[in-house]
Amino acid sequence: MTLSWMAWTWPTAIFFITIFALLIGMGVWEYAVPGGSPRVGILRFETTRGDRLFVSLLGSAFICLFWLGLVGPSLWWALALCLGYALCVFRWV
Amino acid sequence: MEKTWNNKAWFMVLPVLLLVAFSAVIPLMTVVNYSVQDTFGNNEFFWAGTEWFEEVLSSSRFHDALLRTIAFSAIILAIEIPLGILIALTMPRKGWGVPVCLVLMSLPLLIPWNVVGTIWQLFGRTDIGLLGRMLTGLGIDYNYGRNPFDAWATIIVMDVWHWTSLVVLLCYAGLVSIPEAYYQAAKIDGASRWSVFRFIELPKMNRVLQIAILLRFMDSFMIYTEPFVVTGGGPGSATTFLSIDLVKTAVGQFDLGPAAAMSIIYFMIILLLSWVFFTVTTQAGEDRS
Repeated sequence: MTLSWMAWTWPTAIFFITIFALLIGMGVWEYAVPGGSPRVGILRFETTRGDRLFVSLLGSAFICLFWLGLVGPSLWWALALCLGYALCVFRWV
Repeated sequence: MEKTWNNKAWFMVLPVLLLVAFSAVIPLMTVVNYSVQDTFGNNEFFWAGTEWFEEVLSSSRFHDALLRTIAFSAIILAIEIPLGILIALTMPRKGWGVPVCLVLMSLPLLIPWNVVGTIWQLFGRTDIGLLGRMLTGLGIDYNYGRNPFDAWATIIVMDVWHWTSLVVLLCYAGLVSIPEAYYQAAKIDGASRWSVFRFIELPKMNRVLQIAILLRFMDSFMIYTEPFVVTGGGPGSATTFLSIDLVKTAVGQFDLGPAAAMSIIYFMIILLLSWVFFTVTTQAGEDRS
């Protein structure tokens, strides 16, 4: 079976594999440490680690969009910024 | 150590997960694939990278459509939410008037979007439409096909007519669930009508209002059929909202790459705003309770 109807390319495949790997990783984490580790961070409301992943992914998408719109087409530095942002979210949000 | 959560329960959501995967996730993945490629049909694709995203982000057409959509949602919410609360407050709580009001309020919601559009398109016409003829007869130069202000006014009034009922019904459900004892206590304390609304009715309607705001925001931000039927996005591009622009790009021009990039940006904006709305309203509710 070919996946040409979905027009797959390696970059998009790697992107989705990363997302699914993150979700599976979160599932394993939840199995190991149940309850979602809720806490009140700098946003001053309770977040679980699932919330923190959502905020990280959504924020990263916007960082990449702003980078494309304001800086240029090379997204490697934006990716580094996204990783830093995700670490900050998981540490302080 | 005894576990406080039973994670096996997550398997119960598998059917929903499969359904969502086929109806939303897989199409979204296809859109992501399209957004980084160019196609000239015949299922042939050429790598374009982030070109379409850059094009969309720097396009004034996209900026204008986005601003129009945001303005439309803001106006809709500013009218429909207070109006819905006001109508719900004036509806009877007991007696024969209750089913009559509920049926009358439900009627606009039962009409399909394209029919609503057609009704208002005919209603507003200056040659055969009741509204158009009446306004022209009063000496008002009304023409939604020529004047952008008239086109906006028609679409806003149409949306208010179609969807305020939803806010009314939700608010009414919140109001009837308030126990009579609250009103009696307020009466004993000599509370004014405004105080009863501010400190009893509004807090009790909080949850349903959150749902109403969220539903109306998402619906108005994605509105397509009604303005498309009434104005077709015109005059010029005065009522071309993001969804209409998207369909013009994808289906009219068959520019799948830019349309896919636009869809992803559109989706992200909706996701962000819905999350912010949901979080703010839920937190406000929890702080109050």
